[in-house]
Amino acid sequence: MTAALRFDPIRLPEKCEQLRKEVRAFLAEEIAAGTFDPHKPNREDTDAPEFSRRVGAKGWLGMTWPKKYGGQERSFLERYVVTEEMRVANAPTRRFFVADRQSGPVLLKYAPEHIKMEILPRICRGEICFAIGMSEPNSGSDLFAAKTRATKTDGGYLINGTKIWTSSAHIADYMIAIFRTSPPTKENRRHGLTQFLVKMKQPGIKVNPIGQITGQYEFNEVVFTDHFIPDDHVLGEVDGAWKQATSELAYERSGPERFLETYYVLTELVRAIGPNPDTRSAEGIGRLVAQLHTMRRMSVSVAGMLQAGKEPVVEASIVKDIGTVWEQQLPHRVRDLAAFVEETATNRETLERQLDFAIKTAPKLTIQGGTTEVLRGIIARGLGLR
Amino acid sequence: MAESDNIVVETAEKIFADLADPQTINNDKKNSWQAPLWQALSEAGLPLSWVPDDLGGSGASLADGFALLNAAGRFAVAVPLAETMLAGWLLAQAKIASPEGEMTVLPASPKDHITLDADGALFGRARGVPFAKAAKHFAVLARGKDGMSIALVDANKSRIEAGLNVGYDHSDTVTLDKVQPVTLKPAPQSFEQTTLMLMGGVARSLQIAGALESMLDISVRYSNERVAFEKKISKFQAVQHNLARLAGESAAALAAATSAADAIANAKAFDDEVYLEAASAKIRCAEAAEKGGAIAHQVHGAIGFTMEHILHRYSLRALAWRDDFGSESHWAVELGRLVANRGADELWPLVASR
Repeated sequence: MTAALRFDPIRLPEKCEQLRKEVRAFLAEEIAAGTFDPHKPNREDTDAPEFSRRVGAKGWLGMTWPKKYGGQERSFLERYVVTEEMRVANAPTRRFFVADRQSGPVLLKYAPEHIKMEILPRICRGEICFAIGMSEPNSGSDLFAAKTRATKTDGGYLINGTKIWTSSAHIADYMIAIFRTSPPTKENRRHGLTQFLVKMKQPGIKVNPIGQITGQYEFNEVVFTDHFIPDDHVLGEVDGAWKQATSELAYERSGPERFLETYYVLTELVRAIGPNPDTRSAEGIGRLVAQLHTMRRMSVSVAGMLQAGKEPVVEASIVKDIGTVWEQQLPHRVRDLAAFVEETATNRETLERQLDFAIKTAPKLTIQGGTTEVLRGIIARGLGLR
Repeated sequence: MAESDNIVVETAEKIFADLADPQTINNDKKNSWQAPLWQALSEAGLPLSWVPDDLGGSGASLADGFALLNAAGRFAVAVPLAETMLAGWLLAQAKIASPEGEMTVLPASPKDHITLDADGALFGRARGVPFAKAAKHFAVLARGKDGMSIALVDANKSRIEAGLNVGYDHSDTVTLDKVQPVTLKPAPQSFEQTTLMLMGGVARSLQIAGALESMLDISVRYSNERVAFEKKISKFQAVQHNLARLAGESAAALAAATSAADAIANAKAFDDEVYLEAASAKIRCAEAAEKGGAIAHQVHGAIGFTMEHILHRYSLRALAWRDDFGSESHWAVELGRLVANRGADELWPLVASR
């Protein structure tokens, strides 16, 4: 076989179910206390610093990291359970999600010891927020076209240029970004970029929020003008970011957030339709649930392979490709079925409000964190077509 | 499921490779490959994998048998292997020993029902019964006034109207009119027709997933060979993205089918969680058969549309298998009803139950 794709039927271990109960109980308390409304994914302020600290206090941030950095040394499958329960409840995870999923693991791998000791425990306590500085006005999917310069100076680097579409930069304490330290070479156009830890809210950094079509302000333009970064904030090899950028992507691509972003409209549809659906509604719900279940089983399978120390890059890209296409279509399919909901359904307004928001959210789902086109290119390479 | 994970699959794959090479059997207009293949499979004890030793079978685990069906799908095997396995499994539920030779199960659709009268005779019509024409015996699930029974029936006692499914395999209508079974025993407590349909559906899901794996494999290979506009068609981004989507469909089918198989192999009962797994597998695999098969054909162009080419052996069978033991529409309606009946707040706990 040219393409030996594997999706082993991984089951979550028993201890995950205990953890799941704890997470659900915690979220129920938060909802009861008014921290957030699970039926309102479209709230304007998605930043919840106090909630973030309480999640940290539970030990649910940096769960898989070594204890000496504040982690719990628990499994990826346990982290998976926390992530999916938070997502399904529409919990306000914005402040900690990127740090927990991506930035922390990058620091663990590439940051000097004293930086790890300083920053990782603060992520675990839910105190700090991270952003990722990849895209620029003239380089999006083509990561290696980045131009923002890091010029060597005494004791560090001076940064000049602009990052864009940077989620959460307006609230972030830190950013992990790639900057150009050398020009690309003839042999390797990916050469010359270096990964840096950027301390935000410092001189030489200006964050300009950008309005999105949902009405929210989640992403930003970040302008650097002679911003100084000390030498010990270089992450990994100077000029060698391209070697570091790919392996983390399996974590980023295959998680429950890659198919659950619009899940809430399905729950609300089932509520609106009630216990005795007509044939068309039943069939519609059944097909959507079959997809949802399959996506989750694929995603859990990748989590299990990651836990086993494998690097299922192609499988993870497949999960994100079909997961995001699905979550993008979901609000539209739910809208199709919502046409048959009785006028008297008590949650009709909630469903309609949610649909409005989900339909506006949908276009970004196949763009953020690696477009469908990029993913299919990676899958094609895995199939031996490139 | 990876190849050669276990001895059952290893044995089967060796037999398939020797005696069911797709190109060879596709060229063989007289079907002279069928008898030697069946004989080899029987000698290896594969058709009765799910029958315990004391009932005449080889006593393989459910998991091994499911893996075997996935392998059979990869070769688009056109002998009643899956059907005999299911029949043996059904008979074993009632501790009925399996005879030698080809078997199939009925009913093969949730819409058809066989009834058992007070004198122990069977009545009813079952449509779309796979390989009924080739079977020597039927394993029959029938409803009587005291509940469900399982029967072994001599195929000669029934009336068979032969038919073909879209994959050119036998899919026949079987009528039982006051047929006295060879053996008749009560089905286990809580064994319903739905149980048989779910089991059959998962078997078909694994076969579809296997066929899709092969469609992906031969499509990738073909795209790396075929030259158009002075380059291999695999170098065109449009073709690459189509194949990436086919990989996605194949992966989704494989994940759904193997997950459902694993759920059944480890379940204590056919509860809601198993129902979700099995129904979802059939729905998702059937959708993948349509979408994935279309891409495989698109990549192949006209040559894939010929009888001479092997592609149709996989693509048409995968489409045909959608219809057996309840179509995806049937299962979607049933799953939708189950979900609606449990209520909105019970959906996520069901999905996240395993």
